[in-house]
Amino acid sequence: MSLAKILLVDDEVPFVETMTKRLNRRDLEIIPAHSGDEALKKLKEHADVEVVILDVKMPGMDGIETLREIKRQFPLVEVIMLTGHATVESAIEGLKIGAFDYLMKPSEIETLVSKVTEAAAKKRQHEEKIMQARLKEITKRRA
Amino acid sequence: MITRLFPEKLTRDRYYRSLIRNMVLTIIIVSMIPMILVSSTLYLQFRKSYQEKVDDHLRELVQKHKQNIDNFLQERLTNIRLMTSRYGYDRLKEEDLLQHNLDLLKEEYEKAFVDLGVVDAQGNQKAYAGPFKLADAYYGDAEWFKDVNQKDHVISDVFLGLRGLPHFIVAVRSEVNGRSWILRATIDFVAFNTLVQNIRIGETGLAYIINRQGKLQTTPLTQTFPPAVIATDDPQELWKLMPAESNDVHVALREDKTGQDYIYAGALLKNGDWLLIYQQRASDAFADLNRSFAITTLIMALGAAAVFIMALALSRRMVMRIATADEEKHLMDEKVVETGKLASIGELASGVAHEINNPVAIMVEEAGWIGDLLEEEDFQESKNIEEFRRALAQIKTQGKRCKEITRKLLSFARKTSLSVQDIQVNELIEEIVGISAQRAKYGMVEITTRLQEGLPSIRVSLSELQQVILNLINNALDAMEKKGGKLTLSTRLQDGFVAVDVADTGVGIPAANLQRIFDPFFTTKAVGKGTGLGLSICYGIIENMGGRIEVKSTVDVGTTISVYIPVPKNEQSESNPNGKKGVAEQ
Repeated sequence: MSLAKILLVDDEVPFVETMTKRLNRRDLEIIPAHSGDEALKKLKEHADVEVVILDVKMPGMDGIETLREIKRQFPLVEVIMLTGHATVESAIEGLKIGAFDYLMKPSEIETLVSKVTEAAAKKRQHEEKIMQARLKEITKRRA
Repeated sequence: MITRLFPEKLTRDRYYRSLIRNMVLTIIIVSMIPMILVSSTLYLQFRKSYQEKVDDHLRELVQKHKQNIDNFLQERLTNIRLMTSRYGYDRLKEEDLLQHNLDLLKEEYEKAFVDLGVVDAQGNQKAYAGPFKLADAYYGDAEWFKDVNQKDHVISDVFLGLRGLPHFIVAVRSEVNGRSWILRATIDFVAFNTLVQNIRIGETGLAYIINRQGKLQTTPLTQTFPPAVIATDDPQELWKLMPAESNDVHVALREDKTGQDYIYAGALLKNGDWLLIYQQRASDAFADLNRSFAITTLIMALGAAAVFIMALALSRRMVMRIATADEEKHLMDEKVVETGKLASIGELASGVAHEINNPVAIMVEEAGWIGDLLEEEDFQESKNIEEFRRALAQIKTQGKRCKEITRKLLSFARKTSLSVQDIQVNELIEEIVGISAQRAKYGMVEITTRLQEGLPSIRVSLSELQQVILNLINNALDAMEKKGGKLTLSTRLQDGFVAVDVADTGVGIPAANLQRIFDPFFTTKAVGKGTGLGLSICYGIIENMGGRIEVKSTVDVGTTISVYIPVPKNEQSESNPNGKKGVAEQ
């Protein structure tokens, strides 16, 4: 049982590969994606993805756009932005849209793991709340 | 801006001097040549016509007098001839009749006639009427007597004669019974002289008559009797002025022995025996002309002086303006180059930062992956395991260093300004001094602040300004690292700018480096200690704010870096720094 199921989105293939290996070792299940479109497709395929690690600067559909789309289609999925220094402003923009947090590349793997764990926890909490709310609704109806 | 010395200053000074010279010359040539041409043409024309006028005047004058004198002489001759034919030798021998006739002549012609005498062929005076006792005078040897025997009548030259007074003789010869006899009359010299003396113009104009021998026949009205009045040494020269046998008046210009020009107007008298000369010094004759020439010359000289002074002043002023413009352009060029250089370097830097970041991230991740793998059991036994770990740690450290560099590069290149806010510089400085105090204490640096009260607030990004001032303070502390010293932060208001001076007593910046300190990657610190981006970033930030940075530095004395940040327009009008708060509360 992994700590969380994660979608890792970055246009740099070697980065994704290495991160996948490293995060796998830390009990995280990784689904790699190399563009915004691919990320959205993968999200549809794997409904149980809890956290998306999203690079801000990508060719084509960039991180911010992808984030918007994810938040629209999968509002419960938490997103952690990965950014270079030039895109700190974009990262802040991302936070406003609803990203969980942002991290500077290159970042310590431990920091990343703890952020991911937090995000996953938050997601689960959300889901639980929603579940309970639904349960209440159902019980109310029954009552 | 960085203050620089221009090595080409000398060359430029020489260039400006030659510019002034050329302009002055051009102005003078262009304005003076037409002036000189016009005035000299006018003057020459005027001079020519004036000379003609003077010539004509003299000609007319001399002509008139020549006629008068000729008439006078002719009339006297006619008088005598008439008497001769009317009375004859026998009757005129009677002294009573002679006296009567003399009285008649004197009455008619006033004092022209002095005496009358009848002379026989041998030259003995037979009868005489007049004031002198000359009854038996003998004229056989006299010049006029010899002449009259050949020509029937004669008008003699002026001579002293028997009586010792200047006079001349008019004599007529006729024949009776085969024997010649002569009636002669003495013409008063004074009366005749007056005719000529009266010709006087100007100060030096005078007239006289000379005979063929060059002797004066009249007394010119002057104390210096001949030949001094005659400008030429040799009176015969005067005859050379005249073409032979001419009835016209001739005018000529001659130089005398003292080098002065004289005008001579001459006319022949008495059938070419005498020469009437009117002479006048040219300077006197042309006095009016010379006066107008002097006035013209004076005006010309004054005009030329005015033109020269004006040309000089004008050129100076023009060249001064050109020099100022050049200087401004030079500074502008330098600034443009500086800004352009920094801007292009900025773009390059941000590009590099972006592109480097990802590979570095991948490298660090790969190193991390190796690290992860090393943790596995199989490798724990490897004897180089520690060496692997150290190498990986080093890769990680260097990766961080790259990250730091790209971060700085990007903040240098950043163009979008962060959120601006009203900032009181003094408060900010107090804050930063507080932060730096600890480091300063270890560096044995004493920080003092000299902050001007009541500075207007400025609208900039707080974090940027913090970064700039902190950077400057850190540089100053670095400069005093070895010996310690004093760091003075002062603020002041100058020409609509809030100025912050960061002055240290450190090692100073050599002049050669002074021009490069704002260049990215220029550093004198040890490798790894500084990126050379600090001042570039400061420069970029302050430029973005519309301000400027100035550096003054002397080696071993210290460096003062002044940052000028513009005060917003509405703040400038409010002298009260608290005014802003008042507005905010409304």
